[in-house]
Amino acid sequence: MYDKGKIIGGLAIFICLASFPAWYMAASGKADYRTNHVLPASENQCVESAQYMREYHMQLMQQWRDQAVREGDKVYLSSDNRTFDINLTGTCFRCHTNKADFCDRCHNYTGTAPNCWDCHNVPPASVQSQVTK
Amino acid sequence: MNIDRRSFIKLAALGLFAMAAKPALDLISRPSAARALDGPFAGKRLAMAVDLSACTAGDGCVDCIAACHSVHNVPNIGNIKEEIKWLWEVDYKQAFPDQENGFAREPLQDSRVLVLCNHCDNPPCVKVCPTQATWKRDDGIVMMDYHRCIGCRYCMAACPYGSRSFNWRDPRPYIQTIEESYPTRTRGVVEKCNFCEERLSDGLQPACVEACSKGALKFGDLKPGTELYELISSQFNLRRKTELGTRPQVYYLL
Amino acid sequence: MIESIFRGGKRYWLLISGLILLMAAGLAAYLEQWNIGLAVTGLSRDVSWGLYLANFTFFVGVAASAVMIVIPYYLHNSKEFRRILILGEFMAVTACLLAITFILVDLGQPARVFNIILYPTPGSVIFWDVVVLSVYLLLNMVLGWVALDAEYKETAPPAWLKPVAIVSVVWAISIHTVTAFIYAGLAARSFWLTALLAPRFLASAFASGPALLILIALGMKKWGGFDPGDQSLDKVAKIVAYAVIITLFFLLLEIFTVFYSQEPDAMAHFQYLLFGLDNHYGLVPWIWTSITLACAAIILLVIPSMRKNQLILALACAAVFISIWIDKGLGLIVPGFIPSPLGDITEYTPTLLETLITIGVWSMGGLILTLLLKVVLGVRQGQR
Repeated sequence: MYDKGKIIGGLAIFICLASFPAWYMAASGKADYRTNHVLPASENQCVESAQYMREYHMQLMQQWRDQAVREGDKVYLSSDNRTFDINLTGTCFRCHTNKADFCDRCHNYTGTAPNCWDCHNVPPASVQSQVTK
Repeated sequence: MNIDRRSFIKLAALGLFAMAAKPALDLISRPSAARALDGPFAGKRLAMAVDLSACTAGDGCVDCIAACHSVHNVPNIGNIKEEIKWLWEVDYKQAFPDQENGFAREPLQDSRVLVLCNHCDNPPCVKVCPTQATWKRDDGIVMMDYHRCIGCRYCMAACPYGSRSFNWRDPRPYIQTIEESYPTRTRGVVEKCNFCEERLSDGLQPACVEACSKGALKFGDLKPGTELYELISSQFNLRRKTELGTRPQVYYLL
Repeated sequence: MIESIFRGGKRYWLLISGLILLMAAGLAAYLEQWNIGLAVTGLSRDVSWGLYLANFTFFVGVAASAVMIVIPYYLHNSKEFRRILILGEFMAVTACLLAITFILVDLGQPARVFNIILYPTPGSVIFWDVVVLSVYLLLNMVLGWVALDAEYKETAPPAWLKPVAIVSVVWAISIHTVTAFIYAGLAARSFWLTALLAPRFLASAFASGPALLILIALGMKKWGGFDPGDQSLDKVAKIVAYAVIITLFFLLLEIFTVFYSQEPDAMAHFQYLLFGLDNHYGLVPWIWTSITLACAAIILLVIPSMRKNQLILALACAAVFISIWIDKGLGLIVPGFIPSPLGDITEYTPTLLETLITIGVWSMGGLILTLLLKVVLGVRQGQR
């Protein structure tokens, strides 16, 4: 091939740069970062299982949103037959009262910025300190 | 292989495009939700009556407005251009411009009239919304979905009553005390009176109706035989701009 | 074919840099609007549509006007339009992109714009406007590029181009009719609730669009060595003249209906626009400037010796363009909202940021058009 040296050299530099996140995290020991989000003290079971919530809480929120706002059906039947009020502030934030210690831990790390809190109210600090004690 | 550069690029682009096909199809093939025919609102036909002779808005009473705006976190932006209001008062001739009577005086021509979204039976705002962010519920309430609204403000242009307000900026700094149990809105969406649908599902009356100490506001199911029906059909009443065919559901008792 | 956009003289690069600078200013202003909200504009609860929608409406018209060249060339075989046909099509592409961009900058939640596609609402005219504008943009991109490509390769264009052109003619009428329907279907706004709105839109489009086309052709002749053919320009100028006359006639029809019938609600909006209402005169100087410019343009375009003088022709076309921008933009959108449904008068003045964003979007259009026309020049010059 023409310009063999330049091409192979350029490719090597590109692969190094493109794979930077992978080898840098491995080398610097940051790969085993844990989000250390603070779980609520009052309850130990969420609306669904922790694994389910970890993977699908966004889809569940959207389902709740459409069900409560557009269908007018404000009661959610969980997979283990418990009923919940579909209400972000009243149900979810009743337990997950501290946004900074719980929600933000994962969202900041992954670089997502869901705009739920633009509208939905987080309980004030007084309530937060009561529940997480 | 024997392929020229142009064709290769075309093939690659087509391949990329094809890879997006499944995710795109997933996105747009949302199953349409079944409409519950016997849901919580089936059968009811909600309307409101405003008794102009009992209302003391002209004497400075703003109980209903204060209740509505505090319960729903309606901000006080502080300037007329950006103001957001769900329920407010205007002069008689502004509410009923077609009722000009010259020398003969209408009984309440100097009164102040409460105006709000009329939750019309034939709502022009619902017709024009390009995303169905506003829609008419089975029980008559014209609803708003603040998650879906794109802020095009077509509904504001379509409303003949000026009932709708737009969030020109983030409203939170302008809310004196945030009522926890009801969300605020965000900038870029349109809002209006929602007939307190969140209170109705808890069996409560709308905030304005409850707050009125003069009993000037009545709310409920408007069908032949109901209490509201008897009230409205027993007195001379006006609705705003009926000639436009919107069939408003706020009845003003004179 | 595209490589000619990278080759140009000092004037070309000055133009490109200037446009990019203005775009950057517009973008900075838009960032402010993104962060704060539409409060940075002069819009209000009463006047909820303003400069952005005015520009949107105007540029949909300019996009539709390409049809004024396509019809004579493809349907009546008027060969003298051959050289400027590509200008019409690329002007349509640019105008479509401008219209769409003006809608995007006007939205309160622009990130959600795809909701229009995810939740199609056939009852809403905006849904249909999105559909017809997108298809029209595609049609003109194909028409323009395929024809230019054929010219570049010095072959005849493919046979399917003519049927596509005919479809684009019908489609052009549809885009501006649907845009008129956005306003004309609102019982709440008596200023717009008239069957005459769509004809008014079409007439003013067929005046302003070809006027811009003439200006573009003259500009390319002076600075790009491009020869549009004097006969074709003269024919287009006559089209502009007829269209301006019809536009003014339609305005007179509206004025008669409203002021002879004395219907108060209908009158109030025209009173505000033409004479002022309750000591509010915001739009009066604008509309009378528009009417004066239109009348002057008609005189200049109708008299042959004036029309054939290319400097006077350019001035007349600029006058038409500005006149109709005022009439269809500010003169159409704002009076629809004044007085408000409750009889209040809240006047509207665009803010500095709003104007900067508008200029930024115009510059984006200017840049796209410049690049497209540079390609045309490259192809034409390559054949000499």
